[in-house]
Amino acid sequence: MKFQGYTRENGDVGIRNHLLVISSVVCANDVTQNIANQLNGAVAITHPHGCDEFEDDAMLTKKTLAGTGINPNVGACIVVGLGCETIGSEKVAADIAESGKPVKEINIQKSGGSLKSIQKGVRMGRKLLDKLSQQKREEHDFSELILGIECGGSDTSSGITANPAVGKASDILVGKGGTSILSETPELIGAEHILAERAVNKKVADKLIEIVNRAEQYALDVGVDIREVNPSPGNKEGGLTTLEEKSLGCVHKAGSAPLSEVIEFAEKPSKNGLVVMDTPGQDVESITGMVAGGAQIIIFTTGRGTIVGNPIVPVIKVCSNTATFLKMEDNMDINAGKIIDGENTLEEIGENLFELIEEVVNGRHTKSEILGYGSFGIHRILKTM
Amino acid sequence: MSNKDINSLLIDNNDNVVVAVKNLNKGNEVLYQKETEIKKLIINDNIKFGHKISIKKIKKGEKIIKYGAVIGKATQKIEKGEHVHLHNVEGIRGRGDKKEEKNI
Repeated sequence: MKFQGYTRENGDVGIRNHLLVISSVVCANDVTQNIANQLNGAVAITHPHGCDEFEDDAMLTKKTLAGTGINPNVGACIVVGLGCETIGSEKVAADIAESGKPVKEINIQKSGGSLKSIQKGVRMGRKLLDKLSQQKREEHDFSELILGIECGGSDTSSGITANPAVGKASDILVGKGGTSILSETPELIGAEHILAERAVNKKVADKLIEIVNRAEQYALDVGVDIREVNPSPGNKEGGLTTLEEKSLGCVHKAGSAPLSEVIEFAEKPSKNGLVVMDTPGQDVESITGMVAGGAQIIIFTTGRGTIVGNPIVPVIKVCSNTATFLKMEDNMDINAGKIIDGENTLEEIGENLFELIEEVVNGRHTKSEILGYGSFGIHRILKTM
Repeated sequence: MSNKDINSLLIDNNDNVVVAVKNLNKGNEVLYQKETEIKKLIINDNIKFGHKISIKKIKKGEKIIKYGAVIGKATQKIEKGEHVHLHNVEGIRGRGDKKEEKNI
């Protein structure tokens, strides 16, 4: 199955063509935002990290920033750093440049302060945007797509409408050779053994159990027993009886495809098919990780309603029930509540969802995209120093 | 195909429970779709939206199947059309039951 996309230097394909201005450190955020504000079509990524981090966090910051720049929805990058930070803008820029993507770098201290840096960045951006605006879409195959799957603000309906519908759409994509990423490791606790049975080999199964145990142990180490507090009283009132039932409701977003690979936060999948990425349950961090791993499109199921988007990747909102869909229609793309209303079957909603994916891939904007909502968050392991 | 009378969902064909998608009362008829067929049964409990109803007789100790997978086991005998929840089901993956993993 074919679509029209932007061919990148490394052969990957993007479904958008952004100019991304990346702050490599919290101190460079203002300059980064100012540069993007003066360029129509530029997107800024700012965050509170990049300095005084322990090694593991510093590496994760670098990997996430570089991965976001390398994401095929980005046509060109400008990386801005202060000059004395732990990682440094030149290292992030170098990592992005390895992919062949056009990337420029600004060091605020070397440039002589904020105003000179902003001027430099706007001029660089103007030239890059001129080139990007001339780039044409070319024919590509659905097997080159990576879909990131997320859930947030879930309610009773999520596990019976939206999540299974996304599972159907995911199966369709995987059937066409594409890749789906399931995330949010803590939400797998209780169903990890069932998902592990679908692993293509023992190594993948073992890695899945390892990341789930890791998440569970981390919580136990700080006194939180996830198995004991789930399902919550609200969940039980809503009809969920056991931990594994709740987790299976989450896992159902991943459909029925075999599990090809288990990857770390912000890592790029090396296999096609269904993969699991180790991310926290926190929606913004989870999506940030999948985008840094190369996902060109995100599907996000919600019951109570969430408005979150991503700066460079379109996010499709699938609402589990009609009441929330109508109440928050400005932000919801698909109403899976029609399954409850008897208007459509699960299969039909799954197909409708896949049709919308096809449209979005070919250029149609989602609601969060039109509204310009883009949240960004890097997962943390330790404290700041 | 759509049927506005359908008031419960069978998520996987191997499930032994369906999920109510309307608030239902004792004596109501439950209608759910299995493949292209509409199936019926009478419930003998009040069952709220989102809660489970057994579509078969389930023995004590037998596994409850939803999403095509085991979500727990029956702690007592469950009749067809009965409410399936905390009072007659216990999870296998919750705290204290981790030792049972190998037996599943």
